[in-house]
Amino acid sequence: MRAAVCVFPGSNCDRDASHAIREATGVVAPLVWHTDVARVRADLWVLPGGFSYGDYLRAGALAALSPAIDAMRRHVNEGGLLLGICNGFQILVEAGFLPGAFQSNDVLHFTARDVFLRVARTSSPFLSLYREGEVIELPIAHGEGSYQMGDDEASRLGATHHVALQYCDGAGRVQPEANPNGSVDGIAAVTDATGRVLGMMPHPERNAEPLFGTADGQRIFQGALGTVRRGVGRGA
Amino acid sequence: MSRFGVRVLVSLKPGVRDPEGQAISEALPGIGVEGVADVRAGKVFDLTIEAPDAATAREKADVAARRLLANPVLETFELEMDRS
Repeated sequence: MRAAVCVFPGSNCDRDASHAIREATGVVAPLVWHTDVARVRADLWVLPGGFSYGDYLRAGALAALSPAIDAMRRHVNEGGLLLGICNGFQILVEAGFLPGAFQSNDVLHFTARDVFLRVARTSSPFLSLYREGEVIELPIAHGEGSYQMGDDEASRLGATHHVALQYCDGAGRVQPEANPNGSVDGIAAVTDATGRVLGMMPHPERNAEPLFGTADGQRIFQGALGTVRRGVGRGA
Repeated sequence: MSRFGVRVLVSLKPGVRDPEGQAISEALPGIGVEGVADVRAGKVFDLTIEAPDAATAREKADVAARRLLANPVLETFELEMDRS
């Protein structure tokens, strides 16, 4: 059971992700420079948060052209797990692993705070340790976090992707007042059709141990690597 | 090989929300410009392309725009060849 974190120029949550994986699962996840990804095999790859390539052009657009992305495509096709957090989610969307696109937050400024999230789906290794409808709390920290979908994309829900997490209030109600950035349907995270690729704007690695609050994020990593342990992924 | 100038104009598709344009539009009365009903923000890229002919240069700019400069989910683009 192996995990690794892909580092792009401008990534800045890479160490946090590696730390959280170790704390949550005991797995030591090395940081791997994006041009070296093809040489490292792992069951779980994490694209961490940050500002890859300075967010030039569009957040994630330039990292989506990295050789790491071809390696990630092979990884996913072979049954591997892929998690994109914040900028990592933006990269997954720009690279076409997940549908949609990001715009500036509708509030027009960078937003960093804790939000409530409703677990919309649990049939993904990453979400297997949550209950459907469960309300969890994780921090967000982004300026381009407004998730949008093209008309044709939204209609393919279920065929190409599933909604995984939605911004909600403390009682689990998905409503505009609880939406921090104007994302369509309050979408905070989506998986691909298989559930093996998860993109999420909130930061599970920043709330993955009791020191930082509810530790609600740790089950993302435990679910992913626990599933691998049970042999759904590529195996150790 | 010659050098060709190609301008790529990227705009949001009609109906796509534009927070930046909206903020600009709300700021305009502050400098005394009233009556601007709407602002849509976009991007301009001026490419200088080495190619044997204008058609080839345009093709390259088209690939650049489709694959990278514009996001097809939210944006459209136009190409303008430099006639100078």
